[in-house]
Amino acid sequence: MTAPGGPGPLRVVAAMSGGVDSAVAAARAVEAGHEVTGIHLALSRNPASYRSGARGCCTVEDANDARRAADVIGIPFYVWDLSERFHADVVEDFMDEYAAGRTPNPCLRCNEKIKFEAVLERSLALGFDAVATGHYARLRRAGDGTVEMHRAEDDGKDQSYVLGVLDQRQLAHSLFPLGDTPKSQVRAEAAERGLLVADKPDSHDICFVADGDNAGWLREKLGDRAPNEGGDIVDDATGEVLGRHEGTYGFTVGQRKGLRIGRPAPDGRPRFVLDIEPVSGTVTVGPHERLAVDRLTCTHPRWCGASPGLLRGTVQLRAHGAELPAVVRVHPDGERVEVELLEPAYGIAPGQTAVVYDGTRVVGSATIDRTGAGAGASPRQEQQR
Amino acid sequence: MSEALLRPEASVYLDHAATTPMVEAAVGTLVARLREVGNASSLHASGRRARRVVEEARESLAGSLGCRPGEVVFTSGGTESDNLSLKGLAWARRAADPHRVRLLTTAVEHHAVLDPLDWLATDQGAVVDHVAVDDRGRLDVDALRACLERDPGSVAAVSVMWGNNEVGTLQPLDDVVALAAEHGVPVHTDAVQAVGAVPVDFAASGVDALTLTGHKVGGPYGVGALLVRRELDLTSLVHGGGQERDVRSGTLDPPAISALATAVELAVAGQADHAARMSALRERLVRGVQRVVPEAVLNGAPLDDPGAGLPGIAHLSFPGCEGDSLLMLLDARGIECSTGSACSAGVPQPSHVLLAMGRDEQVARSSLRFSLGRTSTEADVDALVAAIGPCVERARAARR
Repeated sequence: MTAPGGPGPLRVVAAMSGGVDSAVAAARAVEAGHEVTGIHLALSRNPASYRSGARGCCTVEDANDARRAADVIGIPFYVWDLSERFHADVVEDFMDEYAAGRTPNPCLRCNEKIKFEAVLERSLALGFDAVATGHYARLRRAGDGTVEMHRAEDDGKDQSYVLGVLDQRQLAHSLFPLGDTPKSQVRAEAAERGLLVADKPDSHDICFVADGDNAGWLREKLGDRAPNEGGDIVDDATGEVLGRHEGTYGFTVGQRKGLRIGRPAPDGRPRFVLDIEPVSGTVTVGPHERLAVDRLTCTHPRWCGASPGLLRGTVQLRAHGAELPAVVRVHPDGERVEVELLEPAYGIAPGQTAVVYDGTRVVGSATIDRTGAGAGASPRQEQQR
Repeated sequence: MSEALLRPEASVYLDHAATTPMVEAAVGTLVARLREVGNASSLHASGRRARRVVEEARESLAGSLGCRPGEVVFTSGGTESDNLSLKGLAWARRAADPHRVRLLTTAVEHHAVLDPLDWLATDQGAVVDHVAVDDRGRLDVDALRACLERDPGSVAAVSVMWGNNEVGTLQPLDDVVALAAEHGVPVHTDAVQAVGAVPVDFAASGVDALTLTGHKVGGPYGVGALLVRRELDLTSLVHGGGQERDVRSGTLDPPAISALATAVELAVAGQADHAARMSALRERLVRGVQRVVPEAVLNGAPLDDPGAGLPGIAHLSFPGCEGDSLLMLLDARGIECSTGSACSAGVPQPSHVLLAMGRDEQVARSSLRFSLGRTSTEADVDALVAAIGPCVERARAARR
């Protein structure tokens, strides 16, 4: 168990989504001697009755699954209504970011603002010591007493990326009981413990977009707030208008599918979204190599411990993305972070989060504001907004 | 088995309005009858024996509640009785006269009344008027009069609860009945919380239909009754073997029905003593809690007018707290109560009763219902009083 340590058993809130990971995490917290209370977070204002597709939470059926897991584990269980906070901090943010032509990751936002802020603060105020979740990441207490977060033992399941927004206070009150365990073992353990969720499928999509159709969801929800009603799809090299689209929120930098350009490029190679201009509605497309970036200017840094200042480490730019060697420089104002990638990255969109690692240790994260290509990659104008 | 063994294990149970322990005599009746065979519709000796159990229970229940045996329709409980009464009346009255599309009720009914009415409105073309209540949750009779007299010929039925399940406020049923009688409109009342807590006499009340359920009066779950005047035509919801005046088909449940009758008989016989004891405990609870938490606000009947409410319900708002947090903190200390609000799809909603009483959403979310019952003691109340201070303090801190 990767508890932050400290003397004696803790009073722990186990956040239980209704899935297998959080159920086993709660069971392990009990076994470690902690006094555990199960909490299911009601995040949707109008929950559907049954699960559908790949959503992992937010239905009444999921709440019932969590309740039954708590029964089996033998802990008290409550539903906390965080739908208003979730809507304000995660859903609205998601819409604002897309409206601004950026590509947010709402799971990070939810961890930062809901699970490890709203839930944690409420738990601490109610007399609990920590929040346990089923995330795959490891916590370790360093010699100086601070809590370090490291990648999970199971590389395939490592979720440290989506936790890269947690600061020291949040980490000091977190438990990730699954960090040392491969997923397959967690399923087997759930079955052994008699947890009926043992074979429940993993969740993938954004929980509040029911059918996984982001563009359709955004079209419906943004309504008047959409930054544009559509615009031109323009070739990066020639400036030629290749087609029209119905709204920039349907696009992400690096996207290849669904561009609906009538004719192929002269060289017959696939074209990708290179840039999105939310005000004019212009979407620029071009060949893959033009997606290459090696400079990231980031804002909104969140450090797990002390600010790294200057660090040669690695960065990860997507939930399941590759780890790239990089030099990270924190601007003296503490607000801006410059990342120099030592290998180019492709299809990086403003709004994505760069999580910084030093070996297996998570150093922190920052939100990508601008990307650029220097000498190493093919020259391309800096994207700025 | 002693009384104590029937109480929830090692807890201070202050949620009797949700459900209350079965009385020993009802458990005895239920268990004894469960060992007997016989379908009450069968013609042989076993069938006749089963039928006799049901009919004796019917007569007993009628005797306890002031109706005729033929006016008792056994059901699966309060929700079914409410549905049968409201839908059955709405359909039958409209079939007799197509102008009768309106249903009048209060804004503070239980969901077992509000939701069938909503369904009648959205699905069946009915028009439902929710008449306002005052800040104690008591129906505004003048508003009901105005609503009814706007077009009396269009009203299919009036439904007004006897006593409110959240704040305990008793409704002016006499006024409602007198008003409806002027226009020949039938009145239904949900008396689920009232039976055994206050005097309930069907004939004397003048209502046309009355809902009761077993598990709120010391009887079993899953059994209840609708008392309904013989002359009143009800359209059936459940068709089949024609049991219960052909209004509620389905094989009768002699064990549950006889245990229900036993519980009601005891509850009604002991009502006056019970109410006096509950009133005293309620006052002790409210005074005790307000001594520790002076800002706590009593909703419903005030202490100086206890006759205005059900004697066993103490509903309090705790400014600056979330009821959910308080409930959880008390639960962790073995004290069980309710936020009083309905759960909509698993997510706690602010109580529609408190909102109808003019409280804002924050106050509605800051409230707890403590409800006392036959097994409640001064020690239970004192345990709550001892625990509430620190819980309120913590819950306040948790409110961001």
